[in-house]
Amino acid sequence: MVQKGAQYNFDRPHPFPGKLIVVEGIDGSGKSTQLQLAYRWLTARGYRVFLTEWNSADLVKAVTKRGKKKMVLTPTTFSLVHATDFAHRLVYSIIPPLKAGMIVLADRFVFTAFARDVARGCHPAWVRKVYDFAIRPDVAFYFKVSLEVALDRITKSRAKLKAYEAGMDLGLHPDIMESFRIFQGRILDEYQKMIEEYGLTEMPAERPIDEQQTLMREIITQALAGVERHIERPESLAI
Amino acid sequence: MTAMQKPQFFGDGLPYTSDAPWTGKLIVVEGTDGSGRTTQMNMLRDWLEVQGHGTVETGWTRSKLIGRAITEAKKGHTLSRMTHTLMYATDFADRLEYQILPALRNGFIVLADRYVYTAMSRAMVRGVDPEWLRELYGFAVVPDLVIHLKLPVPQLILRVIAAGQMNYWESGMDLNLGEDLYDSFEKYQTMIVDELDRMATAYDFITVDATMSPDAIQAIIRQHVTVLLKGRTS
Repeated sequence: MVQKGAQYNFDRPHPFPGKLIVVEGIDGSGKSTQLQLAYRWLTARGYRVFLTEWNSADLVKAVTKRGKKKMVLTPTTFSLVHATDFAHRLVYSIIPPLKAGMIVLADRFVFTAFARDVARGCHPAWVRKVYDFAIRPDVAFYFKVSLEVALDRITKSRAKLKAYEAGMDLGLHPDIMESFRIFQGRILDEYQKMIEEYGLTEMPAERPIDEQQTLMREIITQALAGVERHIERPESLAI
Repeated sequence: MTAMQKPQFFGDGLPYTSDAPWTGKLIVVEGTDGSGRTTQMNMLRDWLEVQGHGTVETGWTRSKLIGRAITEAKKGHTLSRMTHTLMYATDFADRLEYQILPALRNGFIVLADRYVYTAMSRAMVRGVDPEWLRELYGFAVVPDLVIHLKLPVPQLILRVIAAGQMNYWESGMDLNLGEDLYDSFEKYQTMIVDELDRMATAYDFITVDATMSPDAIQAIIRQHVTVLLKGRTS
């Protein structure tokens, strides 16, 4: 029997006692806000929770930073550098807490790569194959938002768009705002295709924050059936 | 008139780049440490340039993009096999797109001192699936000629020790194969040689006995290169 590209397999549920919950969506979809709120809630309920973000691994941080600054990353090297980082994050930050029975909350997962790298021009089948070593999340939330709402949120909260998130490396448009619109539009199309392909849980990301959080908590509660809490619920933080 | 050639890739190639035919040729020399790759590459390059062929040389690892990160990561021994494998693939992709492809498109003969096969053999002895590796490297150009310098493990060991090149990674120390560096090196290199042998069949390598004299090896390589370049005006 030939071993798979990895020890685990993206095609079937992972064998660990913990739970993996991921959030996906374009910038400005509000996914990180929602994940933070879910983190507060779960912690207060006495679960051991581990929060992880893409790009938080320091292994290739310098490479990514330099490559982006000098604009030398091609669609393929952009994809591979992030896959390298992801592999590191999986082995060091995601699998150990899952094995220990913890809840892992991941801000962006493989679906980000599937959307972003394909929008850049990589072959959809190739990108999916590269990430074959990943594990399957227990719940994958997709925060669906229109381009206009996302743009509005970003311009309100941030001074400047970054070149790669606007897809400036692709020469779509000389104006960064216009390029961002075209590129993020392509990413939205890719996400849309994945809702069915991977059974992503669609979230109404244009609704009020608390309303979305209520819905998110209901879905997480169902997913956590049978998962043990590690600490007694502190009365003061009871929810 | 030089024959144009449609690029061939292991998989889907690079969908966002041109696949217009080119006149360049990609010649790869594969072999373990101590097999005399560098010597043979230099002799081949000199000979080709004397004939008026433009050549570009490329080695394995250490691209501008990620070379330093690989060196740093190896120091700390923090690499899992997947990060290891993907880092090498990133490094290769960078050199492919910025060095190898432009040279091939401009009609150069690219001489590669090792190619994806080296990375594949290292990953395979660490348990990575050959099928997945082939798909991962689906963006790589299929070489026009692969010369495989085959050196039996006992000779390989002597040459590498003499050159003082026995180190942690070349000995596969991360795999816990043996008591000490020597044991591990012997087992690791045997595994690598076996993988290269398997690939020699699967990927149509020209296998040359690396225990022969450098001149004798070079004569064989030049015969194969002559056939490859037939009909090509320099």
